[in-house]
Amino acid sequence: MLRYTLKRLVLGILTVWFIATATFFGMHAVPGDPLSNDKSTTAQIRANLEAKYGLDKPLLTQYAIYLKNISQGDFGISFTQENRKVNDIIKEHFPISAILGILAIVFAALGGILWGALTALYRNRWPDSVIMFLVILGISVPSFVIAAISQMFLVNINTLAGTTVLPVGGWGTVWHMIVPAMVLGLSTMAYLTRLMRSSMLEIVNTDYIRTAQSKGLPKTRIFSRHQLRNAILPVVTVLGPAIAGITTGGFVVEIVFAIPGLGRYFVEAIQQLDYTVIMGTTVFYGAFLVFMVILVDLLYGWIDPRVRINP
Amino acid sequence: MRSKSTSNSNTHSNSLSRQLGLYFVLAIVFVAGLLLALNQLAGLMGTATQEAQAVDFANNSISAVLREEPPQLDSSKATDSTSGLVLGHIMEGLLRMDLQDRLSPAIAERWEVTPTHATFWLRKDAKWSDGKPISAADFIFAWQLALKPETGSEYASLLYPIENAEAINTGKLPASALGVSAPDPHTLVVKLTRPIAFFDKLVVFPTFLPIREDFYNATQGRFGSDAKDLLYSGPYTIKSWVHGASMLLERNPHYWDSNRGKLAQINFAYITSDATATLNFFKDERIALARLQAENLTEALRLKWPIRRFADGTVFYLEFNHREDHLSRNLNFRKAIQHALDMEELVYKVTKLPGYLPGKSLFPEWLIGVEKTLREEYPASTVTVDSAKARAYLALAKEELGLAEFPEITLLTSDNPVSNIQSEWLQEVLKQTLGLTIKIDKQIFKQRLAKMSSGEFGLLLGGWGPDYNDPLTFGDLFASWNLNNRGRYKSEQMDALVATAQNATATPDRMKAFGAIQQQLFDDVVILPMYERGVTYVVHPQLKGVKRRVIGAETDYTYAYIDPDA
Repeated sequence: MLRYTLKRLVLGILTVWFIATATFFGMHAVPGDPLSNDKSTTAQIRANLEAKYGLDKPLLTQYAIYLKNISQGDFGISFTQENRKVNDIIKEHFPISAILGILAIVFAALGGILWGALTALYRNRWPDSVIMFLVILGISVPSFVIAAISQMFLVNINTLAGTTVLPVGGWGTVWHMIVPAMVLGLSTMAYLTRLMRSSMLEIVNTDYIRTAQSKGLPKTRIFSRHQLRNAILPVVTVLGPAIAGITTGGFVVEIVFAIPGLGRYFVEAIQQLDYTVIMGTTVFYGAFLVFMVILVDLLYGWIDPRVRINP
Repeated sequence: MRSKSTSNSNTHSNSLSRQLGLYFVLAIVFVAGLLLALNQLAGLMGTATQEAQAVDFANNSISAVLREEPPQLDSSKATDSTSGLVLGHIMEGLLRMDLQDRLSPAIAERWEVTPTHATFWLRKDAKWSDGKPISAADFIFAWQLALKPETGSEYASLLYPIENAEAINTGKLPASALGVSAPDPHTLVVKLTRPIAFFDKLVVFPTFLPIREDFYNATQGRFGSDAKDLLYSGPYTIKSWVHGASMLLERNPHYWDSNRGKLAQINFAYITSDATATLNFFKDERIALARLQAENLTEALRLKWPIRRFADGTVFYLEFNHREDHLSRNLNFRKAIQHALDMEELVYKVTKLPGYLPGKSLFPEWLIGVEKTLREEYPASTVTVDSAKARAYLALAKEELGLAEFPEITLLTSDNPVSNIQSEWLQEVLKQTLGLTIKIDKQIFKQRLAKMSSGEFGLLLGGWGPDYNDPLTFGDLFASWNLNNRGRYKSEQMDALVATAQNATATPDRMKAFGAIQQQLFDDVVILPMYERGVTYVVHPQLKGVKRRVIGAETDYTYAYIDPDA
């Protein structure tokens, strides 16, 4: 087990290095540069800026300097927010995205499992049809539409109530989080519901359920011990990447609800070609994703003894 | 058998749905617990935004929205409009624009510009937010700082009229060689390299704001990055700044002018670029002013809000590529397009946004000439749209260029709703009237800039916003040496006119030069002015005295106050 974990970790670090390298060269291949602006500066001022950011050196030298810096955990200074270190940006804004993401993933996972189990239970009857219809909506309607509609809905509720039922945007208390987290988790929830439903239905027809039934076990016990627990496995598999996806994919929700998360910086950095922030967020999120996948693989062995690795 | 199994599965699912119900309750309890824990966690991080209320009469405060996190509050390096907006509230320089957009005294109570020198006499009661007096040395330090090559200030070139400034910026001279001196703490004398009649208008720009040396050094390279890393000279100070979330401004008790800073607090409670979200905040009475975009204009009209408008000073135009082996190098080709495009149609029938004006000249309507506006003194020439004439010019161009058929022409534009609709209109009109095939090349910001600089375009939707309140901010754009002349138009006559506009000291002479520049841009069809941009917005009825500006803080709340009876 330890050897397996170590092996996975080493591979993980290699993956992150690969992500960093690919991003670095990909980013420099994109036309345009972080120093260009609506208004051109004189050649002299541009030279001063290039010297300041080290962009005057050959690309491979920049790459070497860059690798050296990230190995020491230093992502440099942002081009657009010139006074801020990328490390500070990640440190200040990732926790916010993470809190929102945790809540969203909890909504998604709990909702997905519950709705999925419910639809499987009421297969081909009206609860199934209604929920599956909503699931299709949840998967296909883009998040900026859902975010805008839910925010408008909040405004209307507040106007009707004549007081603030829930804040329309901003950050700070749990009341600011509920609606954005639901919006953020919605498509994942819809996806998990479908996954849960099909895996529940698959399991109903397996031999061990029939064995349990013939043994005369109580229905509820079969449901919770045999059916639910086994059906959750595929859900856990996708949960790891989904966590990483949700905590990074909050761009739209963060903009609409004015939440100071990292997702914004991630997307805006690419539009602005802010080299250091692109590299910082990509490497950080890449490492996070790799870590989550490893974690899920290890967890999997714990939940399902069949895939446990022999030491 | 079959019926039995059905009834069996019925009871089965009943007991199971009860079980599922239990899980559901457990899940809710779990989520509630989680919410509580996350609430604590978020509280610990200190990122909470102060509760926003559009207008709060009891506390004499208002709330508003910022489009983005201010990227740079170090005035020696700031270039963008959001930073300009914040700096306009928290800082004050030698001079400022008053409510009537006239140059007026600020920290300098009087000033004088001669062909060789500019002298500013500073008021004695101007103080920093820590109570120490603002002295001439603070200006000298800030200007030297902006010019040091290692600072990398993009707008350092605005300081070049000062003696030795360019040499300092290129690293040939030390910063101390700058031709600025302070005979006493309240007098600032600037030596000019060349006569520059509008130097007083230049000093309104943020690059000229004062920075105090001891404070700057104490921040150890973090100047401007946080509320505590700034020293304020303006009517407001930043009380708290939560990056990416909010910024709370509070009246500066040491500020000298009691006519400004009437509101006790200005709470920039949200930072978002989303137009719909902004309008939602306004509807929910969270913010007192919301800018309207094309997509939510109808909503505002439906709600019967009084919609206000102002021209933000930016001019948009169609640029031609004047480089070798581009069709648009041919004058008759450009004239053909000039006679085919009706900018009134573009503004009133295609763009359909209130506040937009059809473009007639590179020089927008608000620029001041000798006494009246420049455009009143030197009216812009216009052509009447005439498709027959346009086709005749195109036939001439075809002959001169020796072409059998016109190749496809690339139109470079940015990717936003307004540009999209305009470029499609251009494409359609040029196809219908002249039979030209236009390929629209939509590019996001940085990629578009790269193509603009390298000249990878036939036609270009370009625009220019002013930096200072003098026609020269537009007038020098098409000088051959100006890098913002993206089409690389090159004309000795134009260069000579720009030189006159820069160096002449008498205002009438300069305005005459601008009139001639305007005429040459028209005669030679260097560009085709398309429109002057307008901004539409809604304001809370109780908030009065908000000033919208073309130069400086786009939205200026420093004179604003709350009228509870409105």
